[in-house]
Amino acid sequence: MAISLEEVYKIAHLCRLEFSEEEAKVLAEELSKILDYFKKLQTVNTENVEPTFHALKIKTPFREDKVKEFPYIEDILKNAPQLYERMIIVPKVVKTS
Amino acid sequence: MTDFKELTILETLRLLEEKKVSSKELVEETLKQIKKVDPQIKAYIYVDEEGAIKSAEEADRLIQKGEKKKLLGIPISIKDNICIKGLPTTCASKILQNFVAPYNATVIERLKAEGAVFIGKTNLDEFAMGSSTENSAFFPTRNPWDLEKVPGGSSGGSAAAVASRMGLGSLGSDTGGSIRQPAAFCGVVGMKPTYGFVSRFGLVAFASSLDQIGPFATTVEDTALLLQVIAGHDPKDSTSAPVEVPDFLESIKANEKTSFTIGLPKEYFESEIDPEMNKIILEIIEKLKKKHKIKELSLPHTEYAVATYYIIAPAEAFSNLARYDGVKYGFRAESSNLIEMYKKSRALGFGKEVKRRIMLGAYALSAGYYDAFYLKASKVRTLILHDFLEAFKEVDLILTPVTPTPPFKIGEKISDPLQMYLSDIFTIPVNLAGLPGISVPVGLTSDNLPVAVQVIGPHFRDELVLSLAYQIEKEVNKKFIPSILNE
Repeated sequence: MAISLEEVYKIAHLCRLEFSEEEAKVLAEELSKILDYFKKLQTVNTENVEPTFHALKIKTPFREDKVKEFPYIEDILKNAPQLYERMIIVPKVVKTS
Repeated sequence: MTDFKELTILETLRLLEEKKVSSKELVEETLKQIKKVDPQIKAYIYVDEEGAIKSAEEADRLIQKGEKKKLLGIPISIKDNICIKGLPTTCASKILQNFVAPYNATVIERLKAEGAVFIGKTNLDEFAMGSSTENSAFFPTRNPWDLEKVPGGSSGGSAAAVASRMGLGSLGSDTGGSIRQPAAFCGVVGMKPTYGFVSRFGLVAFASSLDQIGPFATTVEDTALLLQVIAGHDPKDSTSAPVEVPDFLESIKANEKTSFTIGLPKEYFESEIDPEMNKIILEIIEKLKKKHKIKELSLPHTEYAVATYYIIAPAEAFSNLARYDGVKYGFRAESSNLIEMYKKSRALGFGKEVKRRIMLGAYALSAGYYDAFYLKASKVRTLILHDFLEAFKEVDLILTPVTPTPPFKIGEKISDPLQMYLSDIFTIPVNLAGLPGISVPVGLTSDNLPVAVQVIGPHFRDELVLSLAYQIEKEVNKKFIPSILNE
């Protein structure tokens, strides 16, 4: 298999995902099959070929750094899972001894 | 009123202007149709009855005043990964189940400015990842031509809604074929414009270098009209192209008799295509030969497109979907610390295919594998793009099948992700190269399932793509109306 169970757990942590052992086993099998299929790319000669990250040649556009008022703040706050007045509550991020 | 199932947007605009029908009547008719057929088809995630009637009444007032707009009073649907302010935008994901869009996508602003009426939000594969709409976290959509078959995906809801006349048009998004493949499966017209032609602002990002919004309709002219309204430069999207938008309807009329040099890539026709489908497509090509120059050509890197795409798209998705962390919006799972909150929210909020792709993307980008997977795929992408650029030195347009097979059965491919990925083989290269492509229905199989062809054009020659599609539509000269509409 192209990818081990340990690698699945390692990648899952990088993705901030978690899987049960059973799910991880299925995933290792599925990903291995897909990664094996990807191996066909290794047969393509890409010597001296530049990578394409964007199909069309574009430049980063610049604009004036002007402050504009955003009118939908309340609508954004409405989507927050937990609010205290106009602040979003999150689990504690600092450890207390 | 004229037979509702034969109405096009252009005809409806005429009827509205002549006051033979009101927008409110049209919307009510559409809502009636949804109540009648959508319990079986399940194209809509959300129907905005109240909002649609209100917009229709407003449109009727403007029509009374003699105002002219490109889509005044026309009921359309929108794929549920495009933001309409005040309506849910779920991406068919549990993680966004309760998300209400705080602003309009640019395409929505443009449609609104031209008087379009939004009926509701259509179903999709979760975050547009899939080829059958079975990956929706809520329910699968069924093909109006055969309820046992998939409508294609990821914009399966939009294609099925247009095919069963639950709205006169729709917008979808296409990252690897997500407009063209469901259009082909449902017997409607669907177009992916050139990358950068239509603003992506307000489209929930999946793979940003590939995603493009595009229209669905029952005719090429209607598709051209919808594209006319949504295309054009938008400073809110940094990849939006600062190019002039031609008058598409004028172009396709002007090109009605133009003879094109049409390329047939042998790699597409030599691969395993359903024989009955192939026969229908070859018959169309025979007919086109009378007027156009047909030229066989080679796109030698075609066989690497699926592998290239399924490295690049998941890599971009891995990064784009990092924002769903349960902090500022979307689903948040109960937990005692931050890392656990991230992990649990994402594990419970995302579906199987989305997690699979995030994992694939992370793997392809991770230390030790970046060169072998992501960088390699990005180099092969150059070769695929180059194949097309070379081809367009010799031909005006390229014609191919859209899919290797007619619509497949619900459940047939869902347990084998690789098989599902391979069904996108003819649509993926167009996204990798950023080209415009359209799917036009050309016939029906003996099982009464739609067959379509794809027309591909050079960058920003969307008007040529539409022009040949228009000629093909004329040549085929057939209305594609699923039998569910006659019941």
